[in-house]
Amino acid sequence: MAILVIAEHDNSELKSATLNTVTAASQMGGDVHVLVAGSACQSVADEAAKIQGVDRIVLVDDAVYEHQLAENISLLVPELGKDYSHIVAPATTSGKNFMPRVAALMDVAQISEIVRVDSADTFDRPIYAGNAIATVQSLDATKVITVRTTGFDAASAEGGSAAIQTVELSKNAGTSLFVGAEIAKSDRPELTSASVIISGGRGMGNGENFALIEKVADKLGAAVGASRAAVDAGFVPNDMQVGQTGKIVAPDLYVAVGISGAIQHLAGMKDSKVIVAINKDEEAPIFQVADYGLVADLFEAVPQLEQQL
Amino acid sequence: MKVLVTVKRVIDYNVKVRVKSDNSDVDLNNVKMAMNPFCEIAVEEAVRLKEAGIANEVVVVSLGSKVCQEQLRTALALGADRAILVESDDVLESLTVAKLLQKVVAEEKPGLVIMGKQAIDTDNNQTGQMLAALTGYPQGTFASEVKIEGDKAQVIREVDGGLQTVSLTLPAIVTTDLRLNEPRYASLPNIMKAKRKPLDVKTPADLGVEVKAHTRLVKVAPPAERQAGMKVASVEELVDKLKNEAKVI
Repeated sequence: MAILVIAEHDNSELKSATLNTVTAASQMGGDVHVLVAGSACQSVADEAAKIQGVDRIVLVDDAVYEHQLAENISLLVPELGKDYSHIVAPATTSGKNFMPRVAALMDVAQISEIVRVDSADTFDRPIYAGNAIATVQSLDATKVITVRTTGFDAASAEGGSAAIQTVELSKNAGTSLFVGAEIAKSDRPELTSASVIISGGRGMGNGENFALIEKVADKLGAAVGASRAAVDAGFVPNDMQVGQTGKIVAPDLYVAVGISGAIQHLAGMKDSKVIVAINKDEEAPIFQVADYGLVADLFEAVPQLEQQL
Repeated sequence: MKVLVTVKRVIDYNVKVRVKSDNSDVDLNNVKMAMNPFCEIAVEEAVRLKEAGIANEVVVVSLGSKVCQEQLRTALALGADRAILVESDDVLESLTVAKLLQKVVAEEKPGLVIMGKQAIDTDNNQTGQMLAALTGYPQGTFASEVKIEGDKAQVIREVDGGLQTVSLTLPAIVTTDLRLNEPRYASLPNIMKAKRKPLDVKTPADLGVEVKAHTRLVKVAPPAERQAGMKVASVEELVDKLKNEAKVI
């Protein structure tokens, strides 16, 4: 039986999370088909057809899927997906939104945010914010799965030549409407997809001092994050929070400035490839996970860092 | 309008979990338990809707063993009016919880259900969406703002890269993200008052739902330990290491 991957896209471009998801799907054993559901999204299907390792594209082009509303997508996917062994989507905010709805309508469990495929029915996934890894076996005929994209390499976006099959199927639940979107147009990347993150903690002292790390971020093309302590102290808004109850990140480089390293912060960033800690307290727990630790006053070290980049 | 809000008893977010030596699960013996932080935000939002005169009753539901009554009492102290415990000592998977809640929704007929977007133990992020699927209600997940206008809920959702606004026809399911509100603390008089608020106990059998396993937990292992690296003496050395050793800048 084949595996159905649900593509993430904005009707004009395929999102890279789809490529990591294809890699995960290809480890489950079976042909990989990619569903592109959207509105005026032929270009996405053309792009998806070139992904290496994809055998077929299923294109459903209808205005009701324009904004990937969970109410509508979740009526479409079970109908197309019933003959597949696995239905797989990236664990982005979009995949997380509609996939559990798909699973419930098919009366099966969802296995969330897998980071490893052990076999066709058994997967590893982080629990307790990554403080433990659970190995979970699905007992359902159809496996509904979301994939943590940082756990899998991206499939090559070139080299494939899958056939595109067009399906006409308009499913409108009629209970929800898209009103608008406000996508941040910051020059900085967003936290969850940034390759470099620099975060400040309680040691920053106040919100104005975050300007120090913003300057470093601008030089590195980095996103700016914060610890819960900094958010709770009112220095910065809580959408910047990295940690168990905030955002879980895994960039190539994570720079923690004035962050002591509370458990709940470590849970959000310890899968980063390289961790740098700058803290004046040499006993701070953050140094136990840091690849490079600098015991220094951040108000001297951070401006120096900016100058030397 | 009646608002239904759900709470889950989980390990306190400040506690470091340990995996049992036989790798069967995490060890929750003698560990401090608390209300899931996203559920606290859900309770706060429901209570605020009542204070604003939009909701006239807040009913809080939890599912699990008898000790979950503690978290229900906490929610009552925060301002919920009455509580329902669906008591079961079995492992309740998200789909089963959603099926049980579907029955509670059918009995209570709330105009709005507010739930945490995920629990910090299993990190599944499923139950709200599954309840929405089973009831056929629309969903506003990862909400950072909820406005009720007539028979619609306008929900601002936190999505990758920004915010999305959707309009949902009530009844609807909302799941909370961190920015929705800042939960209050319960005052001592309210904690005392909460002890006298009604708390009903039902079982899955009362609700006509079979507790079924759709997954099997094979094992739980600690994550790969991260080794502490080295201390550098200066910013110069740090920049040099990042450029030439780690090659990340």
